[in-house]
Amino acid sequence: MTETASGASTGTFLIRGAAILGGGAEDLLIRDGVIAERGTGLSAEGATVIEAAGLVALPGMVDIHTHLREPGREDAETVETGTRAAALGGYTAVHAMANSNPVADTAGVVEQVHSLGRASGWVDVRPVGAVTIGLAGEQLAELGAMADSRAQVRVFSDDGICVHDPVLMRRALEYVKAFDGVVAQHAQEPRLTAGAQMNEGAVSAVLGLAGWPAVAEESIIARDVLLAQHVGSRLHICHVSTAGSVEIVRWAKSRGINVTAEVTPHHLLLTDELVRSYDPVYKVNPPLRTASDVQALRAGLADGTIDVIGTDHAPHPSEHKECEWAQAAMGMTGLETALSVVQETMIETGLMTWADFARVTSTVPAAIGRVADQGRPLEAGEPANVILVDPAARWTVDPNKMATMGRNSPFAGKELPGAVVATFFKGHPTVLDGKLNTPYRHAADAAGAGSRN
Amino acid sequence: MKHLLSTENLGAADAIRILDTAEEMAAVGDREVKKLPALRGRTVVNLFFEDSTRTRISFEAAAKRLSADVINFAAKGSSVSKGESLKDTAQTLSAMGADAVVIRHWASGAPHRLAATDWIDAAVINAGDGTHEHPTQALLDAFTMRRHWTKLHGSESIGADLSGMRVAIAGDVLHSRVARSNVWLLRTLGADVTLVAPPTLLPIGVEQWPCKVSYNLDETLEAGVDAMMMLRVQGERMNASFFPSTREYSRRWGFDDTRLRALDELGLKDTIIMHPGPMNRGLEISSAAADSPRSTVLAQVRNGVSVRMAALYLLLSGDTREAATTSGAAGTDAARSEKENN
Repeated sequence: MTETASGASTGTFLIRGAAILGGGAEDLLIRDGVIAERGTGLSAEGATVIEAAGLVALPGMVDIHTHLREPGREDAETVETGTRAAALGGYTAVHAMANSNPVADTAGVVEQVHSLGRASGWVDVRPVGAVTIGLAGEQLAELGAMADSRAQVRVFSDDGICVHDPVLMRRALEYVKAFDGVVAQHAQEPRLTAGAQMNEGAVSAVLGLAGWPAVAEESIIARDVLLAQHVGSRLHICHVSTAGSVEIVRWAKSRGINVTAEVTPHHLLLTDELVRSYDPVYKVNPPLRTASDVQALRAGLADGTIDVIGTDHAPHPSEHKECEWAQAAMGMTGLETALSVVQETMIETGLMTWADFARVTSTVPAAIGRVADQGRPLEAGEPANVILVDPAARWTVDPNKMATMGRNSPFAGKELPGAVVATFFKGHPTVLDGKLNTPYRHAADAAGAGSRN
Repeated sequence: MKHLLSTENLGAADAIRILDTAEEMAAVGDREVKKLPALRGRTVVNLFFEDSTRTRISFEAAAKRLSADVINFAAKGSSVSKGESLKDTAQTLSAMGADAVVIRHWASGAPHRLAATDWIDAAVINAGDGTHEHPTQALLDAFTMRRHWTKLHGSESIGADLSGMRVAIAGDVLHSRVARSNVWLLRTLGADVTLVAPPTLLPIGVEQWPCKVSYNLDETLEAGVDAMMMLRVQGERMNASFFPSTREYSRRWGFDDTRLRALDELGLKDTIIMHPGPMNRGLEISSAAADSPRSTVLAQVRNGVSVRMAALYLLLSGDTREAATTSGAAGTDAARSEKENN
């Protein structure tokens, strides 16, 4: 791998004739990590030219919800493989969830994940800190220490597990105000979902799988938006999956409550009908819901009730999926299919434009995570986190060809639109011609210690 | 028909062919030598991840009466964490040359996984999976009902369905694979089904099932019932607040002596009382009801062997395996010729 001599010098690239946010064709000149110029007929002198006619230029995507599995489950994913997948999927930043082993509930663990991300160099890795020690839901983790660490954690979540104790949730919401943090809630009432296997409804009744009622999600969201209002804090709801959740968030926003919500690509496309196969590739938390939930989620994303796309990328080793449904792990990979699924469900349906896409995949997730230099406008002087997308491409999903170690894609065999042609991370092309190029090298790391292979 | 996984997707022609073949098999059971050479040299594995002595010995007797080699494999508690996976077990059985796998599993859908994956190529028979289905139980129940119903009408049972028969199924529908399999099969065979249960023991979504739902057993009986099937109630349900006490359950939803007398008072002299067993006497069914002449409990056990012989025969017999999807008569014809050869 080539390493640049200096972190600031990442070369000069002229992106010629790209549709900026899906608008008119313009050129972008990228030099030394920033967008030097935007306009038409820019000079190519000294630049590597990338012909981008027919391509859409977008800000690098920011995933608010990723499981990188390291430390602890390096058989499922590592920071290196997960961030390669992210770059290929059009991401320039990911938020690494805290449910690693050890749990990311101390400054030490979040700094480790942060360092691994910098050493890999494919995207910004923003560690998410656990709300409670060991995700046990009993005692607050040292949120302030994580916020003050080199990882500068701003998003806190026990994702995978709900912070179900209302007092603890209240305290967490209050406490993170001290450092402009946000609590990202995994809304799942545990007693209503004991042993739950799939969405509770007509399909679970036939399949004899224990039901996961929508009310288990909605009741927690209702409680938490009221708590957020009461203490005047910032709340983020992970992966909303039901029509009722969308209604509650819409109501909360109308009351001025500072709440944001996320939806996964798979909940925008797939329904619980797929569970009839008993194939655990469709087992996920929260579960796939009904067609009317899917429609409500799309409408909520289109009208701004739902703020962002979060992949909930959750790779698992094959043995955790090649088994009985009840034994299988919950989760799906998503980093390398997110753009295509959102294009299919939101853009090709006419519900959103590419500018809207940039808002829900980049601008707003970066703002929620307080990620500097990400989700910025594609204008001169801004950091060069830019992707080029071919919206006319069509491809068939093959999990065996993915960069993630997880083979658990629910879209396997499905033809999807849209392909990431190039990803520029801090002005450096991590992806070119739809293939991995080389990672970005941070100045301090390139100079010596801290680099990892 | 390559596998027998559920009754939900079992068509009327296939269902009636299994029942008709079971009639032929039942005739074998009446003979002095209760054995056919039909599956000589074929291997049937009883793969049981959950204890069920009744179901296992029923399948074992069925396979042996067809001269198959039987391997009993008790694989309790298998899981990734506890030991060998379902995949490894299936591949092991495949390597041993199993022709059919009769699988009983606590996890709903486990037989579907065996049938859908390339782990094993054998025919898969679902012997009860979690709270999903128990198709051979429903088939033996239908067989028992059909014999009763046709005898009552003085008609031939071969080829008959259950049109016009009123069947009530009472108990823990939510957790019952027997109820599910029965609802689908009885719909396919044209019976009129009513589920009777406390609302807590009915699944969300039951209103979309092809049956009526009642919370009142007495009203259901008053409306007229030709077969009354009681489902086993697990004692542990009480601890999870599905109902307040076993006594209250028994009073409201159990088939007790009062309800047994009510059948007479209502003029329902030909109504049969069914139970898949094992029974909780005094809970969902009284001893008087279980032991009354109306009870078909032992006939169900007897018919279970015939129905399982029919299922194994139709899935494994080389002559009929391919013809099964096209010709409704192939199964019974072949069974007849086997008998003549014997």
